[in-house]
Amino acid sequence: MRVPVSWLREYVALPAEATARELAEKLISLGLEVETVEEVGADVTGPIVVGRVLTIEELTGFKKPIRFCTVDVGDANGTGEPQGIVCGARNFAEGDLVVVSLPGAVLPGGFAISARKTYGRISAGMICSASELGLWEDHEGIIVLPEGFAEPGADAGELLGLRDSVLDIAVTPDRGYALSMRGVAREAAAAYGVEFTDPADLPVPETTGGGYPATVADPAICSRYVLRGVTGFDPAAPTPPWMRRRLHLCGVRSISLAVDVTNYVMLELGQPLHAWDRATLRGPIEVRLARQGEKLETLDHVVRALDPDDILITDESGPINLAGVMGGLSTEISDTSTDILVEAAHFAETHIARTSRRHQLSSESSRRFERGVDSAVQLAAATRAVGLLAELGGATVEDGITHIDLSVPREPITVAVGHTGRVAGVDYPVETEIARLRQVGCEVVRNGDTLSVTPPSWRPDLTDPNDLAEEVIRNEGYENIPAIPPRAPAGRGLTHGQRLRRAVGRTLAARGFHEVLNYPFVGERDLDALQLEADDRRRTTVRLANPLNDDEPLLRTTLLPGLLKTLVRNVGRGFGDVALFEMGLVYHPRPGAPAKAPILAVDRGPTAEERAALEAALPEQPRHVGAVLAGQRLRSGWWGGGQDATWADAIQTAREAASVAGVELVVRAAQHAPWHPGRCAALYLAGAEDEAAVGYAGELHPRVVKAYGLPPRTAALEIDWGRIEAAARPATAPRVSTYPVATQDVALVVDESVPAAEVEAALREGAGELLESIRLFDVYTGAQIGEGRKSLAYALRLRADDRTLTAEETNRIRDAAVAAAAERTGAVLRG
Amino acid sequence: MSAPNNSYDPVEVNALHPDEVARMRQEALDAIARASSLEELKEVRIAHAGDRSPLALANREIGALPPAARADAGRRVGGARREISEALKARQAQLEDERDARVLVEEAVDVTLPYDRIPHGSRHPLTTIGERMADIFVGMGFEIAEGPEVEAEWYNFDALNFLPDHPARTMQDTFFVAGPNGGESGMVLRTHTSPVQVRAMLDRELPVYVVVPGRTFRTDELDATHSPVFHQLEGLVVDEGITLAHLRGAIQVFVEQMFGEGLRTRMRPSYFPFTEPSAEVDMECFVCRGASVGNPDAPCRTCSSEGWIEIGGCGVVNPRVLVAAGVDTERYSGWAFGLGIERTLMFARGVKDMHDMVEGDVRFTAAFGMEM
Ligand SMILES: [Zn+2]
Repeated sequence: MRVPVSWLREYVALPAEATARELAEKLISLGLEVETVEEVGADVTGPIVVGRVLTIEELTGFKKPIRFCTVDVGDANGTGEPQGIVCGARNFAEGDLVVVSLPGAVLPGGFAISARKTYGRISAGMICSASELGLWEDHEGIIVLPEGFAEPGADAGELLGLRDSVLDIAVTPDRGYALSMRGVAREAAAAYGVEFTDPADLPVPETTGGGYPATVADPAICSRYVLRGVTGFDPAAPTPPWMRRRLHLCGVRSISLAVDVTNYVMLELGQPLHAWDRATLRGPIEVRLARQGEKLETLDHVVRALDPDDILITDESGPINLAGVMGGLSTEISDTSTDILVEAAHFAETHIARTSRRHQLSSESSRRFERGVDSAVQLAAATRAVGLLAELGGATVEDGITHIDLSVPREPITVAVGHTGRVAGVDYPVETEIARLRQVGCEVVRNGDTLSVTPPSWRPDLTDPNDLAEEVIRNEGYENIPAIPPRAPAGRGLTHGQRLRRAVGRTLAARGFHEVLNYPFVGERDLDALQLEADDRRRTTVRLANPLNDDEPLLRTTLLPGLLKTLVRNVGRGFGDVALFEMGLVYHPRPGAPAKAPILAVDRGPTAEERAALEAALPEQPRHVGAVLAGQRLRSGWWGGGQDATWADAIQTAREAASVAGVELVVRAAQHAPWHPGRCAALYLAGAEDEAAVGYAGELHPRVVKAYGLPPRTAALEIDWGRIEAAARPATAPRVSTYPVATQDVALVVDESVPAAEVEAALREGAGELLESIRLFDVYTGAQIGEGRKSLAYALRLRADDRTLTAEETNRIRDAAVAAAAERTGAVLRG
Repeated sequence: MSAPNNSYDPVEVNALHPDEVARMRQEALDAIARASSLEELKEVRIAHAGDRSPLALANREIGALPPAARADAGRRVGGARREISEALKARQAQLEDERDARVLVEEAVDVTLPYDRIPHGSRHPLTTIGERMADIFVGMGFEIAEGPEVEAEWYNFDALNFLPDHPARTMQDTFFVAGPNGGESGMVLRTHTSPVQVRAMLDRELPVYVVVPGRTFRTDELDATHSPVFHQLEGLVVDEGITLAHLRGAIQVFVEQMFGEGLRTRMRPSYFPFTEPSAEVDMECFVCRGASVGNPDAPCRTCSSEGWIEIGGCGVVNPRVLVAAGVDTERYSGWAFGLGIERTLMFARGVKDMHDMVEGDVRFTAAFGMEM
């Protein structure tokens, strides 16, 4: 809502010295969010005066018609002599009152006026258009002021309101009343503690009736319906400058006097109005819900199929208005309309909101109705409008008034005395509570320990005791609420899972990975690029009804597309050695989920069954850890060569991530998109190898590398962190033996196809519990051991916790380990 | 080795003559002083302090002296040997120092050589600042609650008193989850962390003191100050005797710990369906502390010379929300707040553009290290 301060001052006795900025501050502290304070016309200076055109001489011989005028500007030019001015506009005649910028004036945009020679004459000033002065948008030529506007020489800038302050207020959904000068004025008066003059407080006829015939089908759709008419309206009557100026400052375009009046009254009182050309109406009006199959062409030339939930205004021809949202085209006011019928109604908020959304049609009218307009102002608003049509358009107001009042009185709200204090933590005297509630328009009756509060008709938002508390507190000042730190009971700190998540993030970062937070939006193309099979679980996705980007309507089922694209972006920016990780949710529709999550009641807490039904509808949303890496893992430099990131880094990173939670992963070769079929590890929880893998790691498939434009041999891992977290167990203390260690190195030759993990497992088992640790320290392939064979060299560390092992014991353990490996993997000791 | 005896041999005894002992001592000390390397000193040690050195031999003869003379000679020889031993030790230390100095100079390297062989990583600043923000409240006794990102509309809207057709519901620019065959799913990408308020009240024993850091979603195009995916820190307290004053107190603690001691906060009335009364929270600009207001000579870019920075919304939990969460409104009341994590990062660390926070450029992330 744009609020010109000059207009506001009509209703509020603001102190003369109050600045717009100060006013804005006060309104902000009352809860009206003033976003900007605009000083319009501040850059316009110098003499801008009213002038009367005395003579017009048509200059010829130029490419376009040009006039040389003499203009009476009174004493404003210091001489009293007529001012000679060259003018290119043609929409005026001798004797017209115009606006003249005299030499020395500066117009918007720093345009300085001076006397200068042009078209062979001296032009000492400019006859101005509204656009040139920044008054309003107008391309019809210069301003011709109405006769009697002012005497020549008068300060036109002052009279036209060239300089003003405009507050732009972002009105929150609860404060519909602030979408009007009336509503803002009431707040401003409260802010300054000064008198408020209600513009809706105008004389209206005591009795109504005899107006245009109308009925309302259902009080639930329209609680009040008022029609007033005028006849003999002059469709050519111009909108007076003051009204055009105010509409312009409020951001409303001037259309015609009749339309401008309805808009003006809406801005003034907050009541949307509609005006029909009476001659186009066919018989009695009925306010009702639409019927299946009905259509209406609205003012924006769109034919709309109506919904049985839309409120309509109809006559015998059918629908003529989409009530409260937009008028119909066939009954629109035209430039020949002389008999006008004005409608002021109170439509049901929720219907208007749904209609506006359904037809994707938001209007000044619908914005106000859906936030709630004053339920009692309709008669005043219609009366104000027909009064203006009569005054400005020469019309005659009809005596008959249609007034259908189906409203029911509001129930008072009962609130305990002192409730406000218990909400705020400040003790307000009950007198203060009552005074503040009355100030915002409530009727308050005290009954002992309770107050019975009836909010005013313009505050439909006040329904609960806490709403009333807010009114008191904001008027008393939020700044007066003290700051008292809360005293929470002893908290338990972070959960184990929350601590693990932080720890794994730190671990990955310490291992050289940078954390990224990618959007979860993906498209089929991303999944295709991962080379996922048609039946891959990751292709079963949650879809958005209104994605930002039509190419990415799905929610991710894997972190990899985002990670890979971010990796490509970094490579593109010159960072070829890059390692990234992300920890975040992926989304899998729950198999067998109901089609729709139920909408539960809100007047009580949900039952366990209801909650379970909601959860059953939600997708599974496990937290994954994913990482990608490319380029050099260890950099080359003056110290020597570097080392490229490989499948092995990816797998080891997964293991290290899991080890943060004390969880051991078992690695098995696997073929799983998007990984290279020969360089992909499936990762299992140790001891639960028969369950599904918790993740995969390795080098990406060359086709994936190509599809995403990745550096060759890019490696990646992704694990289901939720399962790791769930598998985390508190560690038990190991016995730390201080007896000497005995080491045994063994080199075993096996078939190349034998996984090292199996050899190691066999060695471990064969060695038994005196094996402290085992480490593969070399892998050799070559002619010495034969084609298709590889040699694996292990260092075994043996130690007892109660004695020093003898040479015989260590040899026996080694032999047992080798025997187990031989039996299970066909390993032979390398000679 | 000769055993002590009582015989008297004038020739042997000569070696113990005071002049002779003094001579041997002087000879040894001269040789020690002359030794110019550790190797030479080793030879000097053998010659003058070894088992076959003159003084060692002389020492053996003491027993041959008449008993009355033994003590005297013993003192003399012993003193000389001690002196020589100390001189050797001193010279040894001196020569070792000289050798070490020489060797260490030879081993000197250019310590300014970079050794960035193992690249370091980093955590995203939104993660670390989110943890920091949450931890301030954890320090006050709050716990961290969590909830799903794809959320039931009931939790995201209805239970929070967003009425089905109220403009507040459409103002949130919601991502809706598509239902089967294009129908409604009853699910959204949560538009705020507030649904976790309801979950926390349902899941936990009262009183509840929780914060909820998390990802939230709205259909805003990415630009310098907006992102369709962003992060909030929600706070919720439900207890007996809870007031706006406690809310203000909690926020005051947060602001001072996050941005600096003594910074003031203010609340402005506002509107959220799930709180009533509601407020926007501003903090005093931590850069200019208000000095830029009305002072065109010293403008402040952080607060646009407003003196205040908006940090979030808050309010008293609307009793309708408590009812929907099954909380006894006669006994309990509560408050809640929501702070923007991106916004906090922008202010706290001078991030200028939302793009930096979402693009995943390692230069940006690396600048923030591991902790905030
Ligand atoms: Zn500042």
